[in-house]
Amino acid sequence: MNTLRQLYQSVREFRKPAFQTPFLVIGEVIFEALIPYTIAMLVNEVKAGGGIDRIMHYAWILLAMSMASLLFGYLAGLTCARSSCGFARNLRHDVFHRIQQFSFANIDRFSSASLVTRLTTDIQNIQMAFMMIIRTAIRAPLNLIFSFAMAFYMGGSMAVIFLAVIPVLGIGLYAVAKVTMPLFKAGFPKYDALNESVEENVKGIRVVKSFVREDYETEKFHNASENIRKIFTKAERILALNSPLMQMCIYSVMLFVLSVGSKRIITTNGAALDIGQFSTLLTYSFQILSSLMMLSMIFVMMTFSAESAQRVCEVLREESTIKNPEHPVMEVADGSIDFDHVSFRYFRDSENPVLDNIDLHIRSGETIGIIGGTGSSKSSLVQLIPRLYDVTDGSVHVSGQDVRNYDLEVLRDSVAMVLQKNVLFSGTIAENIRWGNKDADDEEVKHVCRLACADEFIDKMPEGYNTYIEQGGTNVSGGQKQRLCIARALLKKPKILILDDSTSAVDTRTDALIRKAMKEYIPSTTKIIIAQRTSSVEDADRIIVMDNGTINAIGTSEELLKTNEIYREVYFSQNRQDSDETELSVSEAAA
Amino acid sequence: MSQKRKQNRKGTILRLIRMLFQYYPKLLPCIMVLICINAVISAIPSIFQQKVIAIIQTAWEQGLAWERVQPDVVKNVTTLASLYGASLLANVLYNQLMAFFTQGTLAKLRDEMFSHMEKLPIRYFDTNKRGSIMSYYTNDVDSMRQMVSQSFPQLMISMITITTILCIMMYYSIWMGLVIILGSFVSIFITRTVGGKSARYFIAQQKYVAATEGVVEEMINGGKVIKVFNHEDEAETAFDEANDALYEAAYNANRYSNTLMPILNNVSYIIYVLVAVVGGLLIEYNVPNLSFSGLPISIAVVVPFLGMSRQFAGMIQQVSPQINSIVMGLAGTERIFAMLDEEPETDEGYVTLVNATEKNGVLEETDEKTGIWAWKHPHQADGTVTYEKLRGDVRFFDVDFAYNPDKTILHNITLYGKPGQKIAFVGATGAGKTTITNLINRFYDIEDGKIRYDGININKIKKSALRKSLGIVLQETVLFTGTVMENIRYGRLDATDEECIAAAKLAGAHSFIKNLPQGYQTMLDGDGSNLSQGQCQLLAIARAAVADPPVMIMDEATSSIDTRTEQIVQRGMDALMAGRTVFVIAHRLSTVKNSNVILVLDHGRVIERGTHEELLAMKGQYYQLYTGAFELE
Repeated sequence: MNTLRQLYQSVREFRKPAFQTPFLVIGEVIFEALIPYTIAMLVNEVKAGGGIDRIMHYAWILLAMSMASLLFGYLAGLTCARSSCGFARNLRHDVFHRIQQFSFANIDRFSSASLVTRLTTDIQNIQMAFMMIIRTAIRAPLNLIFSFAMAFYMGGSMAVIFLAVIPVLGIGLYAVAKVTMPLFKAGFPKYDALNESVEENVKGIRVVKSFVREDYETEKFHNASENIRKIFTKAERILALNSPLMQMCIYSVMLFVLSVGSKRIITTNGAALDIGQFSTLLTYSFQILSSLMMLSMIFVMMTFSAESAQRVCEVLREESTIKNPEHPVMEVADGSIDFDHVSFRYFRDSENPVLDNIDLHIRSGETIGIIGGTGSSKSSLVQLIPRLYDVTDGSVHVSGQDVRNYDLEVLRDSVAMVLQKNVLFSGTIAENIRWGNKDADDEEVKHVCRLACADEFIDKMPEGYNTYIEQGGTNVSGGQKQRLCIARALLKKPKILILDDSTSAVDTRTDALIRKAMKEYIPSTTKIIIAQRTSSVEDADRIIVMDNGTINAIGTSEELLKTNEIYREVYFSQNRQDSDETELSVSEAAA
Repeated sequence: MSQKRKQNRKGTILRLIRMLFQYYPKLLPCIMVLICINAVISAIPSIFQQKVIAIIQTAWEQGLAWERVQPDVVKNVTTLASLYGASLLANVLYNQLMAFFTQGTLAKLRDEMFSHMEKLPIRYFDTNKRGSIMSYYTNDVDSMRQMVSQSFPQLMISMITITTILCIMMYYSIWMGLVIILGSFVSIFITRTVGGKSARYFIAQQKYVAATEGVVEEMINGGKVIKVFNHEDEAETAFDEANDALYEAAYNANRYSNTLMPILNNVSYIIYVLVAVVGGLLIEYNVPNLSFSGLPISIAVVVPFLGMSRQFAGMIQQVSPQINSIVMGLAGTERIFAMLDEEPETDEGYVTLVNATEKNGVLEETDEKTGIWAWKHPHQADGTVTYEKLRGDVRFFDVDFAYNPDKTILHNITLYGKPGQKIAFVGATGAGKTTITNLINRFYDIEDGKIRYDGININKIKKSALRKSLGIVLQETVLFTGTVMENIRYGRLDATDEECIAAAKLAGAHSFIKNLPQGYQTMLDGDGSNLSQGQCQLLAIARAAVADPPVMIMDEATSSIDTRTEQIVQRGMDALMAGRTVFVIAHRLSTVKNSNVILVLDHGRVIERGTHEELLAMKGQYYQLYTGAFELE
């Protein structure tokens, strides 16, 4: 019930057509039920040889009724389309809006593939169900009741046959739905899994072919596909009983009406039942049974979309784990950072903390390098500064204020971060750079590109800054992408700039040039550089060596070379031991 | 243009029907016969209904007692009952077989698509978007299922029923039959205009669904960047734009399809009225009837005629919604066929890889696993077979290559990779490093020059044999849904658990695997999203190591691994690859320093070659790269 209320909030401006639809449908159904009745009168007129005038009389009534029914039906179709499509649009908007409020922890909870499915397939299912509810779900029971009443009115005791047939059909349809539902429910996830495996193969085709696993994959796919065939064949075979069941009911009614009805007409000489009523009974019988069929379809449909509704509501109800404080601080004064006994876990219940009791104080304007092995929590450390995640214990302060006191937008505008897994968006290069500041003029854009050493290759591109970046940035190289991402961050003119392994694909010379430019252009900005290469951090004021979620050592490159085992190992794995070449590379980089 | 499209459409339908018959050559005709039986039988009751009414009418007019007419009525009703029985039987059978047929067809089609896809050359995957390949399996198969399982049978039933009813009508009265034919033309016209519009909008809707999905995917995958840049509002604006366009299309599509039904419904009532009026007029003015039965116009003719006109309208109503699904189904089918028509990867190779034993320097083929492999080389000229030991000696002679004929990517590449050597490629993005490895495993074929593997022209080697002899760790690591163990075993399917663990140890992956929640039995998502980039790479290396190939190609295989871990991996790999050939591509020069030969590539040409020391001494490009004075990207 809660789910429905939640979804209903998205109907909004389409409430009017949504409520109009059932009423229009009621109008349509009333006329639809009256038409066969009038037809019966017409038939009787014809039968009685009532002359063309009488026939025309009923003909005009029928025509008027059918026009009215058409009008109602047509309008109901329009309002139904408008409200269901509009509702789906609002719902998509609301879900997307909610996702935009997600924190990193929320994003981690839902896989991106599942979010995409929720926004597309699931909402489409809900739209179908909505359409059914306001139109068919009103129509079918109404039709049933009207037809039933009319059948009794016209056929009198003859209509008793329906009382015998309807329970049979009802129970039959219900049983079929009941049995097939779990089968479908079990089948659909398997079907999704099959499609995922196709995607995996398309993505990994080089691996498949390299290991000559085409036949193996085909066999694997065949087995999964065969499994699905079995489940769905079973489900559909049971579902296929619906049609003969329905037909059987119609046939029984027909036979009953024909045999008993003809006896009635003749023995009572048309008093209890006349020929017109006789054929109308047949019409109503068909309407009654098809409404029942429709009801069973609605039942199945609703059960399916209930799952979808559940999944969509899960997103709508997901509370962002990071929220703006009530009285936020609206200005970040400087770029100093303090970690105060910080511990951090991605999940509350995970055993080992990712960061363990970190104490760290960074002055505004300082350049800090961070070095550490794969999985030493370098990224986790810096992600706490712009409050991408909240600490589990302790606190992080920027400019003396706990980051949780700042307005989120203000904080993140002051703390620019170039992520390790970075993305460009489809659009021109200039548009991508302007993510940093949408009001920046062309000169500023060019300026930051120059600082990030991106101007060279941009100028070489056919359309320069207007070159279109494909989705995912597939038409620029890894190093070019990284430089664009740095330029984008520089445009924010942040108080704190964090580069998370952002120059790994850039050569050492360019890397040095970028660092030099940053030093000159934004001297007062606190710079934190995470790197694999020691050359990227050598000239930092201080270098932090991370190991297994703790700070192993802090110091300058020279100090660490003397005192820290890890740093020395990393350093020498990248630089030859013989001193002249080390010097060469260092001096060249500094130049 | 439209003529051509019509022709295509016709071709698609014919081909689809041919395919369905190929899948089920016996079942499909059975189903069709059952459909016919069912359709004909369901059209016939009106005859008996008419007969019973005629009996009643006579009895009434002549004041006959029920007992007099009872045998006649009973006779007709019994015939009708047995017809119904037959129809029910046909219906049950048809529906059961249809369920079997539909799901079977889908499974066969999916299998055919998948196995065909696996055979397509790498070029196909490089030039087609992943999403569009995926939609063959989802949207297109779905729309085809709808068409085959519902629209086609419905169309068949309706056509047969309509023909049968028309015949019966003509039997009774041609005049009134003409009214109905006129009415059905009107209905068909309406269906074509309104339904056609609706179908077009539904196709448009598909397009906008895809567009919206594109935006959603981009924005959700870039979700973290959006947060970092406070770009939530802009993202929403972009999404709303796509969302609104989708709404417009969906509204239009549903508007037309929703209103089609009431229109047709009421047109049928109007036809009904017309029939009644015409019937009444005919009786009133005693117009001589024109019919095949010679019956005069009477109540007994007009009443069943009215019934038939309802049935007729019902049929048209049932067919009309199928228009949508047929238009969409055909579009989907066309796309599926286009994929199935893609030329598969050709393989004219005939040199195969066999197990061998070596006695006194002579190789002999054996079925046992000996650890020694040999190339089995049949010579067509004289019918002899020679054996060549698999050593892993790869040589390029003056190789040129182009992805597109007009743009040569590699020029005059010559290199010798001898067993026991490590050959490194260094150069900027686009210099052609990865392209060279694409030629060794024949993902692409060379334009000019020669590549020899153990002295054999690689074009003569069966691709499967060639690729089995190469271990490749790719730039972009791809893992498959399954356990860690299964992913490692992917390298060699018959590897034991111990061998897989040994490979993981060699690759330096053992320590982190041990710490995973279920160790080697931990399930991985398709994209390995529960592992870090570096851990994925370590697994990919373990996977290649378990294959134990004589030649290994490592394309940026350690780029996301920190240099300390890399050294551990390196030591493991060196032990594994002792006596074998290794090709390494890396932009991190520390990775390639200890190679036997380093080739520096620039715009598809080898500009320097030598050992690390030699190249430094040369003071050329490599020296500049190493000292950081030159741009790699």
